Amino acid sequence: MTEAHEHQRHIVSPKVYLAVFLSLLCLTALTTAASFVELYVFNVVVALAIAVIKAALVVLFFMHVRYSNRLTKLTVASGIFMFCVLVGMTLTDYFTRAWGQW
Amino acid sequence: MPDSPAIASSGAATAVETAHAAAHPDYLRHHFESVEQQADTTNFAMWLFLLTEVMFFGGLFMAYLIMRNWYYPAFVEASHHLSIFWGTTNTAVLITSSFTMAMGVWCAETRRKKGLLLSLILTFCLGLVFLCIKGIEWHAEWVQHHVPGLHYSVESFVNPASDPEIYAEYHDRALSPAMALRTEMYFFLYFAMTGMHALHMIVGISILGFMILRARAGSYTNGHVTFVENVGLYWHFVDIIWIFLFPLLYLVSRHG
Repeated sequence: MTEAHEHQRHIVSPKVYLAVFLSLLCLTALTTAASFVELYVFNVVVALAIAVIKAALVVLFFMHVRYSNRLTKLTVASGIFMFCVLVGMTLTDYFTRAWGQW
Repeated sequence: MPDSPAIASSGAATAVETAHAAAHPDYLRHHFESVEQQADTTNFAMWLFLLTEVMFFGGLFMAYLIMRNWYYPAFVEASHHLSIFWGTTNTAVLITSSFTMAMGVWCAETRRKKGLLLSLILTFCLGLVFLCIKGIEWHAEWVQHHVPGLHYSVESFVNPASDPEIYAEYHDRALSPAMALRTEMYFFLYFAMTGMHALHMIVGISILGFMILRARAGSYTNGHVTFVENVGLYWHFVDIIWIFLFPLLYLVSRHG
């Protein structure tokens, strides 16, 4: 009976945590290093891309979403989707207000 | 339950009770079918809470993006006054604390009481280190009169050479007085975002302190790990907020 309960919960091993931890530290060093290189508009793109990768690592492994049930995965995905919709719609408004006026 | 001497004396009753205790440990609430269902439900609720937090911080990020787009020169030069060294250090501190928190969850799942205590104490201390470093930065901004509304000064922006160290590194041009005033908006958003993040850290650290006391008494290593897991989710979420705050506030404007 107890085995059945513990069988259903996936325990993430410390090796995975350690690998994710080291990747996050490397990505932090990389993002700081990249900010010292003149990349013009791509400074923002690179910084945000690295931040998204770091956040994805945290969500998938530290927060166990990769090993979670479908309900959790759907919840997280719908939250990210909704956030992108809100940001996208707001930015299309603000960034296009002056269009055609110059 | 009415006493029934016939069953109580039989000995079979104890076997039934043992089986019952295994299926229904005392931490399983009555309204749940199984431990599994209880864990799934709590996990789902925690994620719903975190989604509301995403929307809350999302508004601040949104304001930052729009204001940076409007008052670009002011935001670039204002961000040059933050310390990339402290920002990077603090990111490393917070990521390490997320790792120790994750290890705490593993220790609880595998019923390692000493490991759990060590992980929680390390996470607690790293959280305090983060706040101390943030305090050093806030103090530097206070000394430079960069706290909005409290003797805010645009001197560093209308006369960049007045700040020799930063001028030597960035060679910022003097902003017009009207644009220089907009740097106050950058610092307003900076304090609102890092302050709200720090408030979440304080809440997290307080809960960790409570958990350390409970863990010493043997909680969380008896198979009931839901609370540790959910506090872990909260802690990692606060880490993610910082993962986005750090590049947006400190890094992206370095080359303006």
